[in-house]
Amino acid sequence: MSVALDRVSKRFGEFTALDDVSFRVDEGELVALVGPSGSGKSTLLRVVAGLERQDAGVVRIHGEDAAPLGPGDRRIGFVFQHYALFRHMTVFENIAFGLRVRPRRERPAGAEITGVVKDLLQLVELDALGGRYPSELSGGQQQRVALARALAVQPRVLLLDEPFGALDARVRKQLRQWLRTLHDEVKVTTVLVTHDSEEACEVADRVAVMHEGRIAQIGTAAELGRGAGNPFLESFLGESRGTTSPPNRVNYH
Amino acid sequence: MATTIVPGARQHGLPPGPRTQVHTAAATNESALARRALIGVALAYLFVFLGLPLYVVFQEAFRRGLAAYAAAISEPELLHALRLTLLVAAIAVPLNVLFGIAAAWAITKGRVRGRTLLIALADLPLAVSPVIAGLTFMLLFGMQGWFGPWLRAHDIRIAFTVTAVVLATIFVTLPFVARELIPLMEEQGVTEEEAAVTLGASGWQIFRRVTAPNIRWGLLYGIVLCNARAMGEFGAVSVVSGRIRGQTTTLPLHIEILYNEYDFTAAFAASSLLALLAVVTLAAKHLLERSHHAARARIIQEQEEKGS
Repeated sequence: MSVALDRVSKRFGEFTALDDVSFRVDEGELVALVGPSGSGKSTLLRVVAGLERQDAGVVRIHGEDAAPLGPGDRRIGFVFQHYALFRHMTVFENIAFGLRVRPRRERPAGAEITGVVKDLLQLVELDALGGRYPSELSGGQQQRVALARALAVQPRVLLLDEPFGALDARVRKQLRQWLRTLHDEVKVTTVLVTHDSEEACEVADRVAVMHEGRIAQIGTAAELGRGAGNPFLESFLGESRGTTSPPNRVNYH
Repeated sequence: MATTIVPGARQHGLPPGPRTQVHTAAATNESALARRALIGVALAYLFVFLGLPLYVVFQEAFRRGLAAYAAAISEPELLHALRLTLLVAAIAVPLNVLFGIAAAWAITKGRVRGRTLLIALADLPLAVSPVIAGLTFMLLFGMQGWFGPWLRAHDIRIAFTVTAVVLATIFVTLPFVARELIPLMEEQGVTEEEAAVTLGASGWQIFRRVTAPNIRWGLLYGIVLCNARAMGEFGAVSVVSGRIRGQTTTLPLHIEILYNEYDFTAAFAASSLLALLAVVTLAAKHLLERSHHAARARIIQEQEEKGS
């Protein structure tokens, strides 16, 4: 399903987080939003999810205005930077949560839920860990559980907010490749927020660079590589690609 | 945007890792003698200020023998005081649990205006002497008080009734649950709730399945504190109750009356009941915690057996 933002603005007090943003993600596409801290990329994601309400503009999911829908009715899957797993539930129950809270009429039977969860555990390669608690898992494992939990409700759109930001470099690399493979497999429309443009270029079909609440540029990784002319863009992409001296590489978090 | 340095050991309640253990070992690296001396001082302190008084209460209560004790605690006025104390706690504690949860939820999970004011207000009963609280109630609800004429016109009596005792107790015990929950819920943040809402959970489902399990131990502790205070409250209740013997006297008030009448056996017998109530409360808390941990350990064991 597609996601489209039409002239969306959002302010927090004096701070303008989103400044008249319009952009579109096509069905089955994986788009990455990159930009430094405070550029509005997380806010954009939260507005799409319904966790924040925009002050102006329209968010359309599959062509339909999402304004009347709360975050629970938008059929989105949201993955948080710090996983936000339910700490008192096992991995299995975490993944089953979205199905168990459905109204009785729409709720699948127990056996069906078990089947779905088992399939998802397999998909995220954690078959053996369904009985563990989140605190007993590594960061990378926790993030895969979070992803499985988001996928369990069969979302129309998957929103990932810095999903690998809290992980060490090696795990981050593995997981992003794995995410790309997963996306090719399940083909769900995905928006990925990251401050790492290398990650964005490697994983996404298209990359949108955000700066001060606006989308500075949007295109495929190749297009952006060529797309010079914008001084901010050059410095930002340059920095995260490590063309400046790597030890001084600016990490925006 | 969230900062990331450590992969959230604190937010996610990860068990203390090896580093913490090393740290603890280093921190207790004093000589054995110093360690024993410290433990000895702590134990002596506990004994003098907690153990001894408790012992004296029971010793005095049983000084004239079991029969005298039995007679003292089956005295109708004392039984009435005991029942009233339990009744007051049974009303005040649930109400303040509801208030505490609602206030903590509003302050930490919602975006409420005036949250500082709300926190300060919830703290007020801790800052004000209970006697003053009692006097304030009299100023409001007494015959000469603000609402006095209105209450009289509607034939409602509050001052010197059980209602006044309940109201004063609610006021005095108001902060305990909220105070326990606010820092806890603040630390836990809102991301689990946000995750639940994106997964389609309703407000009630979020509270019951996500928030409540995360706060239950803090809540339990708050309830224990609230209950202890509700049953033991003296100052405010003393003022508003009018101390009508056999009607508005709670157990603490009754104990003081007996003591002032030099009826020491009865006074300490009643005190022993109050002490027993406290012990029962603490034991109940302990048992709840233990059964929970046992259940959790059992589940983990079963999983490991299944896994192997």
